[in-house]
Order: sequence, then structure tokens, then C-alpha cells
Amino acid sequence: MSLLEIKDLSFSYGVGTIFEKKAVNKVSLNIEKGDFIGIIGHTGSGKSTLIQTLNGLLKPTEGQIILDGHDIWENPKKIRSVRFRVGMVFQYPEYQLFEETAEKDIAYGPKNMGLSDSEIKDKVHMAAGFVGLKPELLKKSPFELSGGEKRRVAIAGVIAMEPDVLILDEPTAGLDPNGRDILLAQIASYHREKENTVLLVSHSMEDISQIADKILVMNKGRMFAFDDTKKVFARGEELESIGLRIPQITKIMIELKAKGYDVATDIYSVEQAVNEIIKLKKPDRKG
Amino acid sequence: MLKEITLGQYFPGKSVLHKMDPRMKIILLTVFIVFIFLTKNYISLAIMFVSVIFVILLSGVSLRLYFKSLKAIIFIVLFTSVLNLFYGSGDPLFQWKFITITQAGINTSIFVAARIIALVLISSVLTYTTSPTDLTDGIEKLLKPLSVFHIKIHEIAMMMTIALRFIPTLLEETDKIMSAQKARGADFESGNILERIKALIPILIPLFVSAFRRAYDLAMAMESRCYHGGEGRTRMKVLKYSKCDYISLIVVCLICAGVIICNIKLPITLRTGM
Amino acid sequence: MHFIDVDRVVFSYENEDNNNTKVLKELSLSIGKGEFIALLGHNGSGKSTLAKMFNGILLPDTGDVTVCGMNTKNDDTLINIRRKVGLVMQNPDNQLVASIVEEDVAFGPENLGLEPSEIRIRVDEALKAVDMYAYKDHASYKLSGGQKQRVAIAGIIAMQPDCIVLDEPTAMLDPQGRQEVMDTIVKLNKEKNITIILITHYMDEAALANRLVILDNGKILTQGRPDEVFSKVELLKRHKLDVPQAAQLAYRLKSCGFRINKLPLNAEECVEEIAAQLK
Repeated sequence: MSLLEIKDLSFSYGVGTIFEKKAVNKVSLNIEKGDFIGIIGHTGSGKSTLIQTLNGLLKPTEGQIILDGHDIWENPKKIRSVRFRVGMVFQYPEYQLFEETAEKDIAYGPKNMGLSDSEIKDKVHMAAGFVGLKPELLKKSPFELSGGEKRRVAIAGVIAMEPDVLILDEPTAGLDPNGRDILLAQIASYHREKENTVLLVSHSMEDISQIADKILVMNKGRMFAFDDTKKVFARGEELESIGLRIPQITKIMIELKAKGYDVATDIYSVEQAVNEIIKLKKPDRKG
Repeated sequence: MLKEITLGQYFPGKSVLHKMDPRMKIILLTVFIVFIFLTKNYISLAIMFVSVIFVILLSGVSLRLYFKSLKAIIFIVLFTSVLNLFYGSGDPLFQWKFITITQAGINTSIFVAARIIALVLISSVLTYTTSPTDLTDGIEKLLKPLSVFHIKIHEIAMMMTIALRFIPTLLEETDKIMSAQKARGADFESGNILERIKALIPILIPLFVSAFRRAYDLAMAMESRCYHGGEGRTRMKVLKYSKCDYISLIVVCLICAGVIICNIKLPITLRTGM
Repeated sequence: MHFIDVDRVVFSYENEDNNNTKVLKELSLSIGKGEFIALLGHNGSGKSTLAKMFNGILLPDTGDVTVCGMNTKNDDTLINIRRKVGLVMQNPDNQLVASIVEEDVAFGPENLGLEPSEIRIRVDEALKAVDMYAYKDHASYKLSGGQKQRVAIAGIIAMQPDCIVLDEPTAMLDPQGRQEVMDTIVKLNKEKNITIILITHYMDEAALANRLVILDNGKILTQGRPDEVFSKVELLKRHKLDVPQAAQLAYRLKSCGFRINKLPLNAEECVEEIAAQLK
């Protein structure tokens, strides 16, 4: 049994009005425990809507979401407990901070779960550790922190609920390259240590290719592809045809191949590319 | 959810009302509202109501939107008219324990409901057919004489423009913050009033913080675009009265005359003032 | 005299503990008319502070910023500086003043006290320049991020400036919006000869500039043509900055015995370089 089964899921906005718009159209997929899935697709592809149905913020107009064998809408009154199991970090999450101290803000989720003070304390420190927040920062007002620190406090606020599935919507948006690399590394190590499921939405294929095991590509409300990272990148040209920006390095390999050179195109790191191109050069030298 | 609020929204179009000068629209709206409250019998009330419907049809804006604006106030209408039902002197038509309903009570409650509805509809016509900038421009020009009393009319008008511009942005933001806090287990639906108010803190604080951040950015953007107060500032669109403004003025005058005549010539149904 | 001169500028912020943090440390930079400059550097390097110096939103503690010989410290000429140097900021939502597209674009020219007919002409031209004329009577909040940002740029263009400073204009946009905004910026630089000072974290955007200026800790770390700067891969990596993948690949291949004549900055150039070597 899969951890999360999405069955024939559709979602429409403004049902029954002239503005009715189908945002997600008959999507089915299974997410296993321990998966690290990257989700890509351009604005309006339905990816944001899809992830908001997964933790019950939006109720699907058709289809089901099955978490651990139970439809999450089985008992609509208990939908709040689903949100603790499927944690969601929104885009620019730093704008949701409100407490007097960073520590209290991180504790907001666990407190809503009804945990004891000592449990809350443990979880807050565990979460702060994962995102690399120094203990002295926890006593500060979140509004005094730098942009990057605020972002990490907000992410810790969701990690502290210890969700089985962690969904992050564009967690690196607006960060500088260094901040982005650090945050991605922290998410990767969180996934490694907790061995739980992570879904990461991003516009940056470079980011996703570095970190995800599988990639879900959304296009016009439908699932365009859902496969291992390498296999999805092998379809680089198709991805470009639906208007996605593939990494520069993948593009270089595709163009080399088009020029008649025998290179693999399922490449998404400079390292891989160097190895492929060197192979071409070697026989040349011998001869 | 919050995005469905239509109050204060503008829908571009090409109707006569869209072409009218905002100053004239504001003046006529004021006259209209005064006369809605001057109606003293069903005939004069009907004249005003038919005029409102005529203006709505003239606006070319989808009727659905007018219904939407009514939906928002339906409770106020019901509440006030039910309340008025029980207050009225005269012979009781119906009596049960302490509840007494009189013909006067029924009349008042119908008038109150009809007046609120007409008021909201006619005001919606103004906001639906007038762009926020035109609206504030009109107000600015009309209130200009007040600057004699050192009232900063330009600043007030600029604040209104900015407020109108940021209403949709802040509503969208509220929606986002609500979703984010819900994802952390916030509960806005259960609990007593005190608990519900407390549950709003995680929404209100981020919203205020964000509003201040936006204000700071906006001030910088305005300065960068050479804003230095109202002095020496010109406008792209110069307000000018045209033929349709004068025609509308005449039509409204006729309607008002009709109401006055009905009030004088026909028996008065409504004696209580409101 | 250069178009813009930044001369030994020092600037510090007061933080909450009443300590002064120096953001700019005797920074000097000259910018010529028609240049396209990309300012790079990680957060806290002082680049956003510098951006706000060019039109006198912030004033140096010591040192001077002059635009066409006018010092930003002189109140009398500040308006003239601001009509020459426009500023576009990161968040498109926070810089639009009016609800309707064309009315927002008119805001700047209106502040300049121009004739209504002249404003009309400039607004239409500006909207055409950013390819948003079709949206002139739309409500601005309903537009996409890229469209909003182009309206913000039009609002600056309508003042007919010589220079536009853009502070991370694409940071909050999706790839399509980024592309739209970058195409607009490049076009304005090429066709209207408007000086562009672009602050960005994206190296592919920076690669489009004529000159890269890299800031680090309030000073200029290095500057030069994009291919010169990006060839300093080690230096950039040390300062936690990205290098376009095409340049990285070429750099790695070079150390494996490939001869790279000109450092490629985009995919096409890179493919050409590699193909030339494999013949």
C-alpha cells in the first residue's frame, strides 16, 4: 500500500458559476514512503492546486486522496489532523510569522496539535536544528531576523509538526545562490535523516534535478510525466515543447546530439556532461 | 472566498454611465440618495425604484454582480426590516403575547428594506462604472473649495486612490495567510467568540506587517517617480462635462420633481421619519 | 565626466542594538551612457543599498553620487535626477499606484506637470515599448507578475529617463515572466539606448550585460566583461556566487585538455566551442 494515493483527482474553481475553471484534471499517482518528488510545471499548470488538495486545504471536486489507506475526506471534521500529517510550506512562508519569538512561532503548529509543553519544546529544537537556526536566534522576535533566517523559522514551523509528508512550494524563491544551496542541502539532509516523504515544487529544474529522486511534471491541469529524475530529463525536448525551461547543461547536450555527436541527453549536472564529452574526445587523441 | 467581494470594484465598459463625468455622477448619486429617503408613499417609492433599475440596465454591467452586492447586505436588510415590523403605532393587525404588528409597522419595514436595497444598488452603479482614479479625481475636484479651510484635499484623494488600489492585493494576501495558518492547524471555525477572535491574531499580525512593508516600498516607488505632493501636478484625463452629463442632470431633476409631486399630491403612507 | 559617478561612497545602517553596520565602504563606480551593467553579489553585499543611491532615495554618509554632474545631495536638482534615473523594485505589487494600467503609467508624467495631451502620448508609447498596450484599461491586480513588472517599467519609461535601475526585478517571477521582463530590458537598452543597471541573482540574466560588477562586503570584488568575470570561476565559487553552467562546463573541459577560445555564456556558444574542438 502506498503512503499517499491520488485517484482520478480533479479540482475546479468557481463550480457552478460562469468562471468555472478546471485546474486539475483526472490526476492519478501513488507516492511511497521515503520518496523525494520534485514537482514542475509553469504557472497555471495546476501544481499549486494539486498540492493544496493533498493536505485538505482544497476539497477535490472529483476523485480521492488516500492517506495510509483512508480517504482524507472520510470524516470532514477531522481534516485538521490530516494537515498535521501532510505538512505544507507555502511560497514566501516568512510572511506568515506572527509570534513574539521565533521559538513560539515554530511551536504554533505543535501547540495546535495539542502536545504537552515538553514535547513541544523537543520538537521545536529538533526542527530548528534541521534548518540550522542557532539557539540564540530562537529567543529573538522573528521580525528582527534576516530574510533567510525568517524563511528558515517558517519552514521549521512546519517541520516541527513532524509530518509524514512535507510539501514545500518554491522554498528557494528570492534567495541568493548561497542561501538557496544551503536551504536545499538542509531539506535533503532532513529527508535523509527522517526518511519521510518530501514534495518540492519549483520553477528551477536545476534545483529539482540536484535533489529529487522522482519528478512530477504538470501541464494544463494534467499529469504530463511522473518518473525517475533521469528518465524525465531524457525527455528534455518534450519538456521544452510544453514551455518549461530545462537546465542549460541539458540543453547543451541535446544540441550536441542534434549536431550528430553520440552523447547521452539525460544529463543534468556539469559533472555528468564533462564525462560524456570526454568520452568523445578520447579516441580522437589515440588516433 | 474573500476574492468574491465586489464592493468598490470597477468593471470597464462603454455605457453612457461609463462616459459620464465622475463629478456629475457623484452629485447625482447624492441627490438620488437624498430622494430615496424623501419618498413618503408607495408611488414615489416606486418612481425611485424604477429609476434605479433603469440606471442599472443602462450601466451594462452584468446583473449577477448587482445581486452579489445585495447578497452581502441581505442580513442587514432583514434585520432592520424585521425590527421595524414591531415598532409602529396604530391599530394592531396581529397580536400574539407581547408581539404587535400594525399596518404602520409593515409600511415602515417595507420602506426601510426598499430604501437600503435602492441605496446599495445605486451606489454599486457608481463604483462599478467609475474607475477608482476617476472617482477620487471627482471627489478631489468637488471638495476643492474646502481647501480654503486648510483641509488637504489632494492628500485625502491620493490616500483613497492607494487604498482602492491595495484592497484586492490585501484580500488576496489575507487568503494566502489564512491557508498557511490552516496548514499549521489553525482553527477558525470552532470555539466561542473569544476563541475565534484569538484565532484571528495569526492572520492579523502578518497582514499588518505586510501592509507596512508594502507602504514603505510604495512610498519609495512614488518618490522615485517624482511624486512631490499635489503642487504642480497635472492629470492625463481632464474632467469635462459633456452632453450626456447634462441630459442625465435633466432626467434626474424630472425624477425628483415626480417624487416631490407624489409626496405633496398623494396621501402620505409613512409618517415616521427615517 | 561620466553619466553617473559614484565617488568613495560610505553608507551605514543603524541596527537594533544602535550599532552602525557599514554597508558600503568607500565604493567608487563610473557608469557611461547606454551601458548595460549587471550588479551581482550575495544578500548583504550592499547592492540594493547602492541601487537606491543612484536616484537619491538614499544619500551617502560620506562621498558623492552625481548624475550628469548633479549631486544627489542637492535638493534643488533631485527631481531632475529622478526623471533621468528611474527605479524598478523587486515586488511588482508594491510599486503600482493606480488600479488601472494606463492610469498607473501616467503617474510619473503627471508628477512632472506635463500637458494632458503630452502625457497621453507618452503613456501610449511607454505601454507599446513594453508590449502591454493591449492591456491599457485593465485592472493591474489581475495581471501576471511579469505583466505587472512590465507595467512598472512602462511607468518609468513614460518619464523618458536616460537610465533605469532594476533591483532584482525578476526575483518573484516565474520563468515565463522572467523571460518577458529580460526581453523588455534588453530591447530598451538596444533600441532606446537607455542605460540599464540590473541587480540580479540569476547568472543567465547577468550574462546579457556589457559589464558585470561584483560586490562583496560593501566593496567591488571584481568587474569586467561577462566572459572575463565568469572565467574567474574559483574566485566566484569562493564568494558563493554562481557561474552559468555553460561557462562551468567550458572551464572543466579546459582543465581536461580542451582548448576554449572564448568563454561561452550560453548554450549556443558552448555547443559551438565544443563542436569546434571535436572536429
